[in-house]
Amino acid sequence: MDILQILLNESFWAATLRIATPLIFGVLGALICEKSGVLNLGIEGIFVAGAMAGWMAVWFGFTLWMGLLVAVIVGGTFGLIHAILTVPLGLSQHVSGLGVTLLATSISYFTYRTALPKLSSPPKIEPFQPLDIPYISEIPFIGLVLAEQTAMTWLALFMVVLVWWILNRTPLGLSIRAVGDNPDAVDAQGLSVYGLRIGAIVVGSSVMALGGAFLTMSAFDSFFFGMVNGRGWICIALVIFASWRPGKALLGAILFGAFDAFQVRLQTEVGAFLPSQVFLMAPYVLSIIALVIVARRAEYPRALLKPWFKGAR
Amino acid sequence: MKNTQVLSLKNLSKRFGSVVANNSVNIELYRGEVLSLLGENGAGKTTLMNMLFGHYLPDSGSIDVLGNDGQMRKLVLGHPQASLDAGIGMVHQHFTLAENLTVLDNILLGSEKLWAWRHDRNKARNKILKIIDRTGLSAPLDEKVARLTVGERQRVEILKALYHEVKILVLDEPTAVLTPQEADALFENINSMTKDGLSVIFISHKLREVLKFSNRIAVLRHGEKVGEIATSDANERVIARMMVGEETIKNPRDKIQLGNPILQLNEVSVKGDSMRTSLNRTNFTIHENEIVGIAGVSGNGQSVLAKLISGLIDPDSGDLLIEGENVEYFSPNGMQSLGVGRIPEDRHHDGVVGAMSVAENLVIERLQDKDVNKNGFLQNRAIKENAKALIEKYDIRGPGIDAKASLLSGGNIQKLILARVFECKPNVILANQPTRGLDLGAANEVARHLLEARGRGAGVLLISEDLDEILALSDRIMVIHNGSLIETVNKDREVIGLMMAGEKI
Amino acid sequence: MIRIEPREMPSKWWTVGIPIMSALVAILLAAIPLALAGANIFEAYTQMAKGIFGSTFAFTEMLTRATPLIFTGLAATIAFRAKLWNIGAEGQLYLGAMAAVTVGTGLIDAPSFILIPVILFAGAISGAVGMAAPTYLKTRFGADEVVTTLLLNFIIIIFLQMMLEGPLKDPMGMGWPQSEPILENGILPQLIPRMRIHAGLIIALISAGLVHLLLSKSIWGFKTRAVGENAPAALHAGINVNRTFMGAAVVSGAIAGLAGVSEVAGLRGYLTTDLSPGFGYTGIVVAMLAGLSPIGVVISAIFIASIFVGADTMSRAIGVSSYLADLVVAISLICVLIGGFVARYRFIRTNKVNA
Repeated sequence: MDILQILLNESFWAATLRIATPLIFGVLGALICEKSGVLNLGIEGIFVAGAMAGWMAVWFGFTLWMGLLVAVIVGGTFGLIHAILTVPLGLSQHVSGLGVTLLATSISYFTYRTALPKLSSPPKIEPFQPLDIPYISEIPFIGLVLAEQTAMTWLALFMVVLVWWILNRTPLGLSIRAVGDNPDAVDAQGLSVYGLRIGAIVVGSSVMALGGAFLTMSAFDSFFFGMVNGRGWICIALVIFASWRPGKALLGAILFGAFDAFQVRLQTEVGAFLPSQVFLMAPYVLSIIALVIVARRAEYPRALLKPWFKGAR
Repeated sequence: MKNTQVLSLKNLSKRFGSVVANNSVNIELYRGEVLSLLGENGAGKTTLMNMLFGHYLPDSGSIDVLGNDGQMRKLVLGHPQASLDAGIGMVHQHFTLAENLTVLDNILLGSEKLWAWRHDRNKARNKILKIIDRTGLSAPLDEKVARLTVGERQRVEILKALYHEVKILVLDEPTAVLTPQEADALFENINSMTKDGLSVIFISHKLREVLKFSNRIAVLRHGEKVGEIATSDANERVIARMMVGEETIKNPRDKIQLGNPILQLNEVSVKGDSMRTSLNRTNFTIHENEIVGIAGVSGNGQSVLAKLISGLIDPDSGDLLIEGENVEYFSPNGMQSLGVGRIPEDRHHDGVVGAMSVAENLVIERLQDKDVNKNGFLQNRAIKENAKALIEKYDIRGPGIDAKASLLSGGNIQKLILARVFECKPNVILANQPTRGLDLGAANEVARHLLEARGRGAGVLLISEDLDEILALSDRIMVIHNGSLIETVNKDREVIGLMMAGEKI
Repeated sequence: MIRIEPREMPSKWWTVGIPIMSALVAILLAAIPLALAGANIFEAYTQMAKGIFGSTFAFTEMLTRATPLIFTGLAATIAFRAKLWNIGAEGQLYLGAMAAVTVGTGLIDAPSFILIPVILFAGAISGAVGMAAPTYLKTRFGADEVVTTLLLNFIIIIFLQMMLEGPLKDPMGMGWPQSEPILENGILPQLIPRMRIHAGLIIALISAGLVHLLLSKSIWGFKTRAVGENAPAALHAGINVNRTFMGAAVVSGAIAGLAGVSEVAGLRGYLTTDLSPGFGYTGIVVAMLAGLSPIGVVISAIFIASIFVGADTMSRAIGVSSYLADLVVAISLICVLIGGFVARYRFIRTNKVNA
């Protein structure tokens, strides 16, 4: 099986999309926060919390969609903590974000251990199944790729369009883009800088939580410790790579997913020559390389990381 | 001129801690007039306007605004939205534009329902085009603000206010960033707007403009209104005395014989962010005992020139000579050791480390000197002795040498920088906007030090937007425009103004 | 209406009071998850205290746990003082440990007074390189060091797995991915017989003293502080900002590397992938709780170690998950952040808005 064969295989592209889905949620969430001028390093913990909360809700008898709602609410709540610390209080976005990650992770682990003590193997739920949409599966190639995806992947793709529309076509999006560039401009027009930023962080964090929920409710069927494994941080790198554009974010996530799916397949081919860890390392190395390439050219939102205080002009 | 009153500030007072920012200020504004609000920095103009805009809540007093029904109504204080709704608009000195958005989007910002599913850009565009037709203010609507010149940005700010149908427009130091000719054009536009019934409050400290363009002048000093006068009855002397309480003291400038060339630039080119801000094959020479002023509207290559002489960037081509020696390596350290003293443009951003003490900031440029550095360790006693001596000598007032530098006022931070620079007895001094934002006392102090340095043989490069300052201090004047320097033949303000606008004389 | 204004001179009291208050609040807030878990709160706190002060053994265990946290707390302190966001102490710790087992398991054999310094030095160098690399990417390419150091943590731990299944694998390890034990001569001496507490603590305390001295009294520390507080002004004043970043990176990474050496050569004897339960990340909390003061780091490391050790004991005694400790640590970080805000600003009630 040579490289071309891998690339022409539907199951490869189906896997790509599956790997990309949580990243799409994560990158979109981080993008919404950063567009408003606030870095959200709580992402890693919010992934964990979303994964745990959504899964546990279903485990305790909620429907899958209700489980997603629970994940969204939990994500939004941690987002609100980050928002309060960084927006009206203007505290270090780096440290606050890491604090939220520690908090969300430890609460999730503690809750899981407390609610389900002493389990030898992780309990399973019935996850989202591939969505059978009429006609779509009849499209050659792409149809087969899409037929393997669950409703959450479709939701992720829809979110890309939605976020793009809101940011570029609505007054709300205009205000968010403005507040990430020059909060004074927004304030001078009588809009609330705090309101816009807090709102963006809460919504962005909710979207991040969906990425976590995908892991336990679609990709796998159970929750285990360490399952997020740096995906949140990779999203932070991907946002920069995507120049804060939803379309490019989708592209970045898919490229990343393709690379990841590719290396798994390559591993089965050349695994005899290279230790498996080389392949495990690859996504993280790739993220760093991508970051290095785009870093100088990246047009950061001008107000990113800069706290703004009312009346301190 | 007495027709309909549109705004009345009544007994407004505001204090911050122990500082009285405004004390019982009364001001009236009538329809279609231009009222100048004059005062030194720190006289309370900004605080007063911040109260008008609901950014600050007054301690006492009230504001009445003419309503749509023709009645004067009390304004809800402390609520920016209330002020906006009452038709009060402001063009700040620091533009409040989002640079990543187009002009149209900036104007649109905040004018639509936040939760609408889409913009109605066409309707907005038509309305703006009508305003442009009526006032002559033009701006490229689909260009990103990041690409506009300062003058264009200012017009966008005014358009934004007019789009929101303001009845009262406050302009905060609008000409600070404009050439004299651009400023004239601005006032032309304002005149046509006031004919439409707009009332304008014009904040400034430039007497000349105030006299030329306003109908009435109100003067603030130490937070109080100290006088009000119809412009037709005023002249520069009268208002200057109102503003500062006494005649301005001019520093004596005696004629000195020039010495040897001390700073020379030969065909120096440096790339900036754009063509406009780059230096293009620049030649000039500064001699001992000479102050050379660089006049020009900001953003024409001054900052690249300053960075070059500060050692922050390398030239792309050409030579820079100090005392006849070619400079090979450009670094802030290297420039210091060649005897270049540097007063940075943005004293808070580049001048001091606010979180470190006054004493530490006074030695930050001398970390390799033996009295500061012994085997890699700080000589704290010597550092403190040095600080005690310098705050005495340079009259740096603040909570003490161990206090954070950020606790000092702007003027005292500048004195700290002066102390640091002049104590090293530099042969070349780069003074970039050295008096911007300072009150008259501190500004005079800066001028005195520059003249003193000139007197003992230093060469000074003075970059300033304040033409009056350049005219008062410089032996020779060069005008910078689009990265090119041209020497002026004389000190004719009119000619220099035209050169600043890029006219070939 | 409430207005927020900066305090002119935050009093000295705040700088000590805030962390103590935050720590207390965090411990008290732990009662909520304890109650939700259905535990007897009084019993839980008693068990926690027993786990720390109950015996000499318990107390030395706590100090043993504090040792790596002092190192990682110092690593974060130095980097953060320069506003260099080193979130990679976890990875640097493992790099240090890897270097220690590379040279300490038979590569060279020498008496203790030579071998121990060599191992320490190797670990420090290795950790320093681990932070110098992302700092180079920052200063040369502008790549955000937060993201790169975070990602490097994952890369390094995978690299460690690879090494432990390959060149560093112990042939006598019965197939487990672990390194050979460090030679007898390379083991850090124990401080008290039959207790696990070891000389790593002494090295950590000396490091704290040295870092304090360097930051407050040396030209290097002056430059580091100046760059951290206002890099443009430092640059303008003639301080080489990139070199200062690199200096802070090297010292920060080296100390994080020492954490790894201390754990592997002082406590475990051999290296596995579970050497650190997140000491690198917890070090950030230690540093923040200490207000980025090197001496404060020692105290806050002891506090955090107490939480962990106490929670372990409590968990064993009454069956509440020991993840409670992580929760308390996270809460104390957030409390100290808010506390820091309260110290720097004051809330002023302004008169009501008159309508």
